[in-house]
Amino acid sequence: SPLQQTQSYSSSQQLRTGPVEFPARLREMEDVKGSDGLGDTELRLGLPGTSTATRSAKRALPEGDEESHDELRRTSAAKAQVVGWPPIRSYRKNSFPGRKVEAEAAAGLYVKVSMDGAPYLRKIDLGVYKGYKELREGLDNMFKCFSLAELSRREGGSGSEYAITYEDKDGDLMLVGDVPWEMFISSCKRLRIMKGSEARGLNSRH
Amino acid sequence: MTYFPEEVVEHIFDFVGSHRDRNTVSTVCKAWYQVERLSRRTVFVGNCYAIRPERVMARFPGIKSLSVKGKPHFADFNLVPYDWGGFALPWIEAAARRCPGLEELRLKRMVVTDDGLELLARSFPNFKSLVLISCEGFSTDGLAAIATYCRGLRELDLQENEVEDHGCQWLSFFPDSCTSLVSLNFGCLKGEVNGGALERLVARCPNLRSLKLNRAVSVESLNKILARASHLVDLGTGSFAVDHRTDAYHTLMNSFPKFKSLRNLSGFWDASPCCLRAVYPVCTNLTVLNLSYAPAIQGDDLIKIICLCFKLQKLWVLDSIGDKGLAVVASTCKELQELRVFPCDIYGAGTTSVTEEGLLAVSSGCPKLNSLLYFCYQMTNAALITVAKNCPHFTRFRLCILDPGKPDPVTNQPLDEGFGAIVRSCKNLRRLSLSGLLTDQVFLYIGMYAEHLEMLSIAFAGDSDKGMIYVLNGCKNLRKLEIRDCPFGDIALLKNVAKYETMRSLWMSSCDITLGGCKALAAKMPRLNVEIINENEETDEFEENLSDLHKLEKIYVYRTVAGPRNDAPDFVWTL
Repeated sequence: SPLQQTQSYSSSQQLRTGPVEFPARLREMEDVKGSDGLGDTELRLGLPGTSTATRSAKRALPEGDEESHDELRRTSAAKAQVVGWPPIRSYRKNSFPGRKVEAEAAAGLYVKVSMDGAPYLRKIDLGVYKGYKELREGLDNMFKCFSLAELSRREGGSGSEYAITYEDKDGDLMLVGDVPWEMFISSCKRLRIMKGSEARGLNSRH
Repeated sequence: MTYFPEEVVEHIFDFVGSHRDRNTVSTVCKAWYQVERLSRRTVFVGNCYAIRPERVMARFPGIKSLSVKGKPHFADFNLVPYDWGGFALPWIEAAARRCPGLEELRLKRMVVTDDGLELLARSFPNFKSLVLISCEGFSTDGLAAIATYCRGLRELDLQENEVEDHGCQWLSFFPDSCTSLVSLNFGCLKGEVNGGALERLVARCPNLRSLKLNRAVSVESLNKILARASHLVDLGTGSFAVDHRTDAYHTLMNSFPKFKSLRNLSGFWDASPCCLRAVYPVCTNLTVLNLSYAPAIQGDDLIKIICLCFKLQKLWVLDSIGDKGLAVVASTCKELQELRVFPCDIYGAGTTSVTEEGLLAVSSGCPKLNSLLYFCYQMTNAALITVAKNCPHFTRFRLCILDPGKPDPVTNQPLDEGFGAIVRSCKNLRRLSLSGLLTDQVFLYIGMYAEHLEMLSIAFAGDSDKGMIYVLNGCKNLRKLEIRDCPFGDIALLKNVAKYETMRSLWMSSCDITLGGCKALAAKMPRLNVEIINENEETDEFEENLSDLHKLEKIYVYRTVAGPRNDAPDFVWTL
């Protein structure tokens, strides 16, 4: 379970790879223009006289990030989220059954979700869902404070008439659910929860 | 030489094999340039954007073999966006127009489409060999076109490609008249293939020497194939999983002894220790063994099979082999030249794995070792120094300590001295990948000693611009430099700009390069393409807030005579 993995993570002797922010944070902490011979006056985290502050000491767990249970679930995969590390081809990584595929930031697994009428957007990680059913449940959960059912009732529709659509790689607006899940998560750029009335136009194509 | 008629010069050039030598020969004088270009049969293009395909075909109308590489190496690790580029179609089109005698095409890290494959299949009557490595963008429909139209095809070799599965029928498109296959590798395909078509194809190709099946091929099917293909030299076994109580298992157990010529084994995707026993009879002749896709085979069973492989030259294995297993490799495989140890458990806390002990053992036991890829959780300077002493013949040394920036666990020191020893001792080192905690010092050593180094991969290393500058000023033969997550900035980038024209390419991601630095580079070196890859969603915002101080996520710099490319997607800027 993810919690078990978290435990083994923290019990290892060396702090393992931190979150995605790691490299940027590291460089904020150091003055890197050391090539003009002012090395000794560089700001470092180590004690003066040590040749280099060990990178492992700088690699702290995320501070100030939302410690929601979502984040905890993903902390176990946090070390996998340094994109492209370890340097193993995706082909090889995908060959082992039951291995969680690295949640890369690249191929759009984190997507924005907008809902018509809602004041702000959310962002979700498509990689944590196993399929369309879980996705719908997750979205329902996330947006229920804006009351999906409520919204469509106000528009004159019946309780559950909303449609989940997405923008694909080509920029087209598509209805969620038509293509196999794997294909969907690799081509989905953002999600939009639409009012039923607008979505009917989309549906009528089928 | 100018007194000799052209035919004689051409004949002499026949003995000039390597690309580099032929390139040199062509620069001597116009006459030689002409003779050389008309007699050139093989062309290798290391970066598809370095030159336009039309120019290559115009210069070498007689080529029979073309190799082209597309995306930068770090694309293998998902650092290059999906639609960055590297399209094969322009190359296929240009060859189809100008070089109809083409017989071989080899593409690596390129985007190949079904249309491209069909054009290829229809355009070259003598086409014999297609090799696609780490490519994507095509489906089994494209393969069907190859099967249909390439009469006399000898080789179809698909290595680690992303192929969309449009059904199992593509194999059936090889006509009954196709009997010429020598090598067929479809190991990377995810879908089923038509078993009957496969068996019939194997049966009618008497020259078939290399056959690599995909995971979907069952043992039952494998048995039938093996019954027809006793001259195989190279076999990828497919799934290799079957219940030991079945007839198929017993057939399998008896299939291998007759394979007198078998030298290479790979596949084994679902192999259990039981099934692995089937190949014991051929182990003593094996020169290549790839068990790196067989996670069910653990330490002791690996040892059992390796014990038999005393002629092994190349071994790819998972780190479940452990230091103990590597000690067995060291004592058994005295002919070993290449070793690759991959991690089993990428996300875990590292249960069974290998350490510096395993590497030490292999380095002292295998005197011919020259190529290494080693994933481990720790390494010490002492071990590396000893390895360097034991194995001065390394040409490729790639060490990946899985924890970025991890020091020597015994001394808590950076691994500068260890890698320094490697570059000092291995005078023929051409390729090096670094890992662990490293300061600028290691780059000083590399610049000083790694005279023949051609490719260097750096991650999470160095302290300052000095590191990168040492490398750029030092390594005379450097061709490819790829850097990620290092504190190298504009000063390093701009210190030795002329160097980049002597190299194929430079990749830098998550470093301290700014837009201003890249602009300066592009201004100074018009014959370089300085590409900025910006995947930030808010691209419009980015274009407006165009500060020169803005740090760039990814840059790719390469020499080119083709100018900025015309197929770059929105998120790629060429300065």
